[in-house]
Amino acid sequence: MRVRAQIGMVLNLDKCIGCHTCSVTCKNVWTSRDGVEYAWFNNVETKPGLGYPTDWENQARWNGGWERTRSGKLQPKQGGKWRILANIFGNPSLPEIDDYYEPFDFDYDHLKSAPEMKAFPTARPRSKITGERMEKIEKGPNWEEILGGEFAKRSEDYNFEGIQKEIYGEYENTFMMYLPRLCEHCLNPTCVASCPSGAIYKREEDGIVLIDQEKCRGWRMCVSGCPYKKIYYNWSTGKSEKCTFCYPRIESGNPTVCSETCVGRIRYLGVMLYDADKIEEAASVENTTDLYDAQLGVFLDPHDPAVIEAALADGVPQDWIKGAQNSPIWKMAMDWKVAFPLHPEYRTLPMVWYIPPLSPIQNAAEAGAIGMDGDMPDVKNLRIPVKYLANMLTAGDEAPVVTALERMLAMRAYMRAKTIEGVQDEGIAKRVGLTGRMIEDMYKIMALADYEDRFVIPTTHREQVEDAYDLRGGCGFTDGNGCSSGISKGSLFGGSKKPLKMPTEVM
Amino acid sequence: MLFANFDINYFIFGVMPYVALTVLLVGSIARYERDPFTWKSSSSQLLRRKQLIWGSVLFHVGIITVFFGHLIGLFTPLWLIDALGVPHGFKQWMAVIIGGVAGVAALIGASMLLHRRLFDPRIRVHSSFMDILILALIWLQLFVGLGTITLTLEHMDGIEMVRFMTWSQSVVMLKLNAWAQVVDVHWLYKFHILLGLIIVMLFPFTRLVHMISGLALPFRFLLRPGYQLVRSRRQQALPPRKTARQRTNPAE
Repeated sequence: MRVRAQIGMVLNLDKCIGCHTCSVTCKNVWTSRDGVEYAWFNNVETKPGLGYPTDWENQARWNGGWERTRSGKLQPKQGGKWRILANIFGNPSLPEIDDYYEPFDFDYDHLKSAPEMKAFPTARPRSKITGERMEKIEKGPNWEEILGGEFAKRSEDYNFEGIQKEIYGEYENTFMMYLPRLCEHCLNPTCVASCPSGAIYKREEDGIVLIDQEKCRGWRMCVSGCPYKKIYYNWSTGKSEKCTFCYPRIESGNPTVCSETCVGRIRYLGVMLYDADKIEEAASVENTTDLYDAQLGVFLDPHDPAVIEAALADGVPQDWIKGAQNSPIWKMAMDWKVAFPLHPEYRTLPMVWYIPPLSPIQNAAEAGAIGMDGDMPDVKNLRIPVKYLANMLTAGDEAPVVTALERMLAMRAYMRAKTIEGVQDEGIAKRVGLTGRMIEDMYKIMALADYEDRFVIPTTHREQVEDAYDLRGGCGFTDGNGCSSGISKGSLFGGSKKPLKMPTEVM
Repeated sequence: MLFANFDINYFIFGVMPYVALTVLLVGSIARYERDPFTWKSSSSQLLRRKQLIWGSVLFHVGIITVFFGHLIGLFTPLWLIDALGVPHGFKQWMAVIIGGVAGVAALIGASMLLHRRLFDPRIRVHSSFMDILILALIWLQLFVGLGTITLTLEHMDGIEMVRFMTWSQSVVMLKLNAWAQVVDVHWLYKFHILLGLIIVMLFPFTRLVHMISGLALPFRFLLRPGYQLVRSRRQQALPPRKTARQRTNPAE
């Protein structure tokens, strides 16, 4: 057993309202720079739809993630090490920027600088790559917002696998949900595996996956390696960039920007202890439907004395173990089993998990009777087909998703009984394999979602591993070029320098 | 007169190689040390895939073959070649055939890449002056290099080739009268060498530095144990883990 800790995230899709606040605040902090205008470390997709970049979930097309070879070994789907090296001159699986969208801005200045004319001046789009006029915007970061576009195209969604999807194109049967996406900070990341330079790494102390900007040489194999397409090539700096999980904030015990600013309070952050020795075995189980269970088996119970002893021996700080014991992620993923990994079939063992959304009971209005399973509504009658959610979250295995949805319905029924009728109905809890106490805890964390219940983040103990004296007077976070003064205007080696513009004397 | 004895041949073939190699070495070390953020391949595949896959593969496979062809061909000691019993004429034919095919592939690739760089608006806007200059120089160098084959075909006995070998080996052996070897060769060969030296000098200031990373890649990547990488801030290794027996019996 080799114990490591990771800050994991859970997103409660049942409460996501698709407001994109997470995407916008993330963009303002991290990607409002040259070369990454098109990149959204966090984006929110309307499902069903093809997503961003288009059709990203279809690994037959993009070759992301892992595949299990006949001998039971894992190798990146885009190829083993020799194949990756052979593709270095031209990467056949790399998306083009148009698969995301051509970044654009509008001629806002024209609105105030236009001469007097008969027609009202308009702000027309202009490409952020070439600076040229764009006559028509073909695609954007959220092109299918609230089911935009025709169903025929959106229905190519990979999650419709094995579903008679035609009826969901009919107005009465249509359904939708939001899927906010960011880097999964996987336990078995394909981006790390695909990087020939060894520039991408997973941090031992908190599991955050980062790209060393000074070691990245721009071979762009990580972009195609990541099945979630969450590594972005910065075409200006020639380096790859990705979601940093806002590590400077996490290190100081603060939630990520996307979590902090989420108005629906759907995001949770907490410590998960895992056994690093079990990762390979778990990621290479034969059946994709077993991957969800296999990943649960990698997590370690922070209340188990043997785990605590091993964790301390492996250098996990005491307050991180305490954090793991109070982790909302552990409760949702392990105790209540309501959260699931996104596309476990990619074999990356992702660490950003999702609680599936409940949806209106489809037949209730027309029949006057909700499909009932005993006293509780039957989740098979939900508007969003269970199979669709299962394709997204459990590699197609419906049973765990059904259980999760039933537990969420039970939570509503139990709390309604308690607060309106004043009855504590243990029967409801028992039917879904929980207890009344557990349901009340679920209610506190999932429904009320207080700040301190959502974010249980111990601070990083840099003082134990670094000599702070060496860090004093350091440069902090710079845009690449370390402590260079940036006095000369151009760089001999081709990088652009943007010296701070300081106030100058006018007299 | 001060420059009465000045010979341009001495300058180009006697002095310039040392200048070029010094700039290459010192410049590359300085860049790697001072500005590692700018050390990159500068791929533009994301912006435009068209013409890149074919162009880049043809160019790189061709030019790597040509590069190692020159390296092996020029710097293998003559005594070794003679000891191995390789006739000079045979070596000359090998050079012409392998170099010719690879050179043509590289030139086709370079033409596609240069066309794309100059005429695709997305790529053009984001090309630096150096990006365009170095690609144009390499294109010209390939063109001139293929042109010298027509001259070489007139004398396939390998005598000319041996002179270039002697020159390049003398240069790296610090024999300062090496330049005299190549004074009498056709000007096209001389131009080819001059262009080569210029490219070597520009190397640290262009995207060409990715060649070094590229050459290191197979070692870095293939010798990396497994696929995954984990970094730790920990300066000192953790104490060795206790075995199961030690855990149950701490006295041991």
